[in-house]
Amino acid sequence: MKKPGDFIREEVKKTPPSGIRKYFDMLHGMSDVISLGVGEPDFVTPWQIRESAIYSLEKGRTHYSSNTGIMELRNSICVMLERKYNLKYDPLNQIIITVGASEAIDIAIRSIAGPGDEVVIPEPCFVAYKGCVNFAGAKAVPLQLSEDNCFKLTVEQLESCITDKTKVLILAYPNNPTGAIMTKEELKPIADYLSSKDIIVISDEIYSELTYGIEHVSFAGFKNMHDKVIYVNGFSKSYSMTGWRLGYVCAHKDIISQMLKIHQYAIMCAPTFVQYAALDALDQCEGDVVNMRQEYDARRRYLHRGLINIGIDCFEPRGAFYVFPNIKKTGMTSEQFCDRLLIEQKVLVVPGTAFSSAGEGYFRATYASSLENIKEALKRMERFIKTIND
Amino acid sequence: MDILDLLKQDARLTAKELAVMTGKTVEEVEKVIKQYEQEKIIAGYSAVINWEKARDNIVVAFIEIKVTPERDRGFEEIAKRIYSYKQVKTCYLMSGAFDIAAVVEGTDLKAVALFVTQKLSAIQGVTATSTHFVLKKYKENDLVFEEEEKDQREAIIL
Repeated sequence: MKKPGDFIREEVKKTPPSGIRKYFDMLHGMSDVISLGVGEPDFVTPWQIRESAIYSLEKGRTHYSSNTGIMELRNSICVMLERKYNLKYDPLNQIIITVGASEAIDIAIRSIAGPGDEVVIPEPCFVAYKGCVNFAGAKAVPLQLSEDNCFKLTVEQLESCITDKTKVLILAYPNNPTGAIMTKEELKPIADYLSSKDIIVISDEIYSELTYGIEHVSFAGFKNMHDKVIYVNGFSKSYSMTGWRLGYVCAHKDIISQMLKIHQYAIMCAPTFVQYAALDALDQCEGDVVNMRQEYDARRRYLHRGLINIGIDCFEPRGAFYVFPNIKKTGMTSEQFCDRLLIEQKVLVVPGTAFSSAGEGYFRATYASSLENIKEALKRMERFIKTIND
Repeated sequence: MDILDLLKQDARLTAKELAVMTGKTVEEVEKVIKQYEQEKIIAGYSAVINWEKARDNIVVAFIEIKVTPERDRGFEEIAKRIYSYKQVKTCYLMSGAFDIAAVVEGTDLKAVALFVTQKLSAIQGVTATSTHFVLKKYKENDLVFEEEEKDQREAIIL
């Protein structure tokens, strides 16, 4: 007889759980821990948006919406995408409102890649990509990005990973965990190279609103790639709405119509009252986004400089809300470093290895935390570095 | 964020810290702050104190004052006579149903009431006052006085 666990598919079994689970156990019973280990904004959703959700519940907007999402929201998103990034999508048939960008990534991968297909994933990267590829039965092909090149993707690196089985490239700039961004000039050669290939690009641009001193450029904006890009974004990071779970995906109508089937059967629709709140977010909360970005920027500079001052190497991140310092000269692995930092100085950061083996020798710390916390964390890290060096 | 925004949030930030956070040099920051101070754009530095917690004998009142403006000097001279009292913590010229608003502090209701009747009302040009006592401060200078909610986030999330 089979045991219950024996029924689990191989693809699911072989996918490791998130690399941070042990820190939950370590944290248990510890007090006075400063956490820079959180991958979400520290701001509460702007009141206007919260109030709007309450209102939409009061109005009884508690039913299913259309599978693709409420028309007003689809419309508003498409208008915003054109205004900000010069992306043209038809709200009628080129967009689906999803349960977070996470669902968008999942249904995009599942629509395109299956057994026998290869999906190129530049690493270090957000943890979900590889899992989704595994679950779809496709093969994840890691592409190791290098700090020497500020964790940007080059055509040469891409060429070395592409085979006749490659079906998808996942592109994620601004990047979690590295904070890297790619400029128009840096993206263009990638677009030119891929334009003659039969490869779909899933462009996860969830941090598009969080770039510092430089405007975000969407990969979907390159005309020669527009029809082959599945554009993923959402409200979590820009409007500080992580717990609301609202994202969207835009693509060619022939892709969207197929993806919609997975969304229909698996999800039905994103929560309706949340969609109405998001409508107000788009229409009225641009100022909040700017304020939050400015605040992150000040903290970004502070944390980055602080790390360098205490002797931790760190390239300057220009997007998202993370720093990704290099700790190779300490001689410790990422995990050893993070374990000891937590136990000895009660500062929690995430080992780079949680974001693939390419993250070995790095850790991720967020500046989506109060300046007070960042200051205290830096003090503690300084003490930690001193004990290592002694 | 610019220097004013940062100082508004935390006036204790040093020039060195402000320099890092704005991408300027320390010298530039010091120069700009000095200029702001000279131009009275930065009018002063003080802590926002929740007096209700610090002391139990403090009463705050919001006083609406109607005045007859003086020839040539308009409201300025009367306003000066009002805000020169140390009991007057804040003073505004207003549009609408009354002319000057003053926030007055005292040790008890009687002290504030006496101050209004004996001092403010007696000022030449003041035609009427209306006193509203503050029962509770929820928010002042962008700061919410209620116990801030703790960070609700999990300690570690990818």
